[in-house]
Amino acid sequence: MTIKNTEAGRIVQDLIRTIHENAAYLSEIDGKIGDGDHGINMNKGFTICEQRLADQEFSLSDGFAVLSRTLMEDIGGSMGPLYGVFFDEMSIACADLQEIGAKDFLVMLQNALAGTQEIGSAKLGDKTLLDTLIPGLEAYSAALDAGKSFQDALKDLQAAAKAGWQSTEGMIAKIGRASRLGERSRGVLDAGATSCYLILNAMADSILRMLAASK
Amino acid sequence: MNRIMNDPNYVVEDMLKGFVKANADIVSATGNARVLKYKNAPIANKVGIVTGGGSGHKPAFIGYIGKNMCDAVAVGEIFSSPAAAAFLDAMQAANAGRGVACLYGNYAGDNMNVKMAMRKAKAMGIEVKTVVANDDCASAPKDELEKRRGVAGEVLMWKVGGAKASMGADLDTVIAAAQKAIDNTRSVGIGTAPCTIPAVGHPNFTIADGTMELGIGHHGEPGVSVEPLATANEIAEKMLKLILPDLPFAAGDEVVVLLSGLGATPVMEQYIVYNRVEEILSEQGIRVHRAYVGNYFTSLEMMGVTLTVMKVDDELKQCIDYPADSVGLKQL
Repeated sequence: MTIKNTEAGRIVQDLIRTIHENAAYLSEIDGKIGDGDHGINMNKGFTICEQRLADQEFSLSDGFAVLSRTLMEDIGGSMGPLYGVFFDEMSIACADLQEIGAKDFLVMLQNALAGTQEIGSAKLGDKTLLDTLIPGLEAYSAALDAGKSFQDALKDLQAAAKAGWQSTEGMIAKIGRASRLGERSRGVLDAGATSCYLILNAMADSILRMLAASK
Repeated sequence: MNRIMNDPNYVVEDMLKGFVKANADIVSATGNARVLKYKNAPIANKVGIVTGGGSGHKPAFIGYIGKNMCDAVAVGEIFSSPAAAAFLDAMQAANAGRGVACLYGNYAGDNMNVKMAMRKAKAMGIEVKTVVANDDCASAPKDELEKRRGVAGEVLMWKVGGAKASMGADLDTVIAAAQKAIDNTRSVGIGTAPCTIPAVGHPNFTIADGTMELGIGHHGEPGVSVEPLATANEIAEKMLKLILPDLPFAAGDEVVVLLSGLGATPVMEQYIVYNRVEEILSEQGIRVHRAYVGNYFTSLEMMGVTLTVMKVDDELKQCIDYPADSVGLKQL
C-alpha cells in the first residue's frame, strides 16, 4: 500500500489545522515552565504557511518544503530551526518519489530525526520533542521489521509517540530554557514533545485516511 | 495589564516601524523586515559586527546599532530567537569583505539559528566567527561556563567588539577582544516583579509582593534564591557577593560597571543601588574606570536590576572609551 505524493499535500493541510486547533493548549503547557508562547509562535508559522499554500495544488514534498522554509525564515526561536530541519528532511526524502510506501515513510522519519539531532544537541530523556519522536520512530520501525502493514505500523507509531510524549511529564528538563528550573520542571509535559506528538499523530491519521480511501 | 499596543501578535512589527522612523539618522531598514542595519553599513574595510536576539529587551538589541557599535541586528519575536534567515541577512548587511563577528547571547534558539545562518554564510563566501556571551554567573555553576546565559554584559561585548572593528582590526583580533571582554565580565540579576508577554496576556512566572528573586534571568528564568525584599544597599551587597568571587575580582583591579534596570524599576532606584556598588568596590580596592547606569538591557516591564562588572586592562579600556553613537549608547 502506498500514497501518491501528488495527492498527499492534504497531510500538510491537516497539520496546519491541528496546530490551529491546539495553539492555546500548546501555549498553556509552555506557560508552566517556559515563556507560554509555543502555541502562538507555532500557529503564527503554520498560518503564514497556510497563506502561502492557499488556492494551490501541491504535493506532500512541496508542502513540506514550504512549511520548512516558513518555519526557518519567519519563526526563529528554538522551534523554527528544529521543525524547519525536520520538515526539510521529510521533504527531501520524498521529493523524487511518486508513490510513498511504508519503507519510504520510515526513511523520511529517520532523516527528520537525524536533521533535528544535528541542529539541536538534546538526547533521549532530556524532556524535549525527541522523547516523542524517537520512541514513535522506533515503534514504527520495529513494526515494519515484524512484517506489520503500513496501517498497523502507523498505529504503533501513534501509540508509542503518545506514551513518549506523556513520559516527559515525569522528566527533569536538561536542555533549553526549562532546564534552568531543574526539579521544578518535573510534573509538567514538555511543550515541544506535545507539539511533536500532535504533528506525528496528525500525519499518521492523514495517511491512514488516505490508505483507507484507496482500498 | 494596561499595555499600550494595537494587535498583541504584531507588537514587534509595529515597534520596528516606529524605531526606524524615529532613528533614521542612525538606522535603516533592510530587505528583511526582521533585520535593521547601521545606515552606513557595510563600511568599507571594516569587520562587520552582527548581533540578534528576541525582542522585549530595549534598547537591546537594535538600540546598539550605530557608529563603532553593531552594523546589523537580527530581530526575533518577544523573548524568542530571530530566525536563521534573519541572522544570515544581518551577516550579509554587515559584510564588507573582511568578515563578520557575530556577538550574541548563550540561548538554545540563538545558538541553533546562528549555526544554521553560518552554514549558509559560508556557502556564500562570507567568513563569520562568533563570541557567545555567558556573563550571568547565577545561571550555572562556574565549572559549567558553557551553560551560562548571556545578559547585560553583552552591551560591553558589543562596545568592545564594535570599537575594535572600527580601529581597523582584522576578524580574529575583533573576536579575541570581544571574547576577552566577555571572559572578564560577570553579571547577576535581581527581580522584584514579573513581566508579561503581550500576546500571552499574563505573567508566566511570579514574584510575590514583598519578595525578590536573586539571580533571575532576563526572561524570568529562576534564580538562586527567593528572599524578602531587601534594601538597595543590601541588594548591592548580595549581587556583588555572587559576582566578585566568581571571576574573581581582586584589590587593584580596574573595572567597568553597568547597572541596568529590567524595565519598570525607576532609574532613581538604579542610582541608589549603584551608590552602594561603587562604595563596596572601593572598600575592596577595586577602581571603577567607567560606569553606565540606566535602562541598557531590559525585560519588558519586569522590575529589578542587573549588575554587570567587567575587569579591564589597557586594551579593553581603550575600546570602552572609544566614541560610540547608537540609540542605546552615545559616548563622545
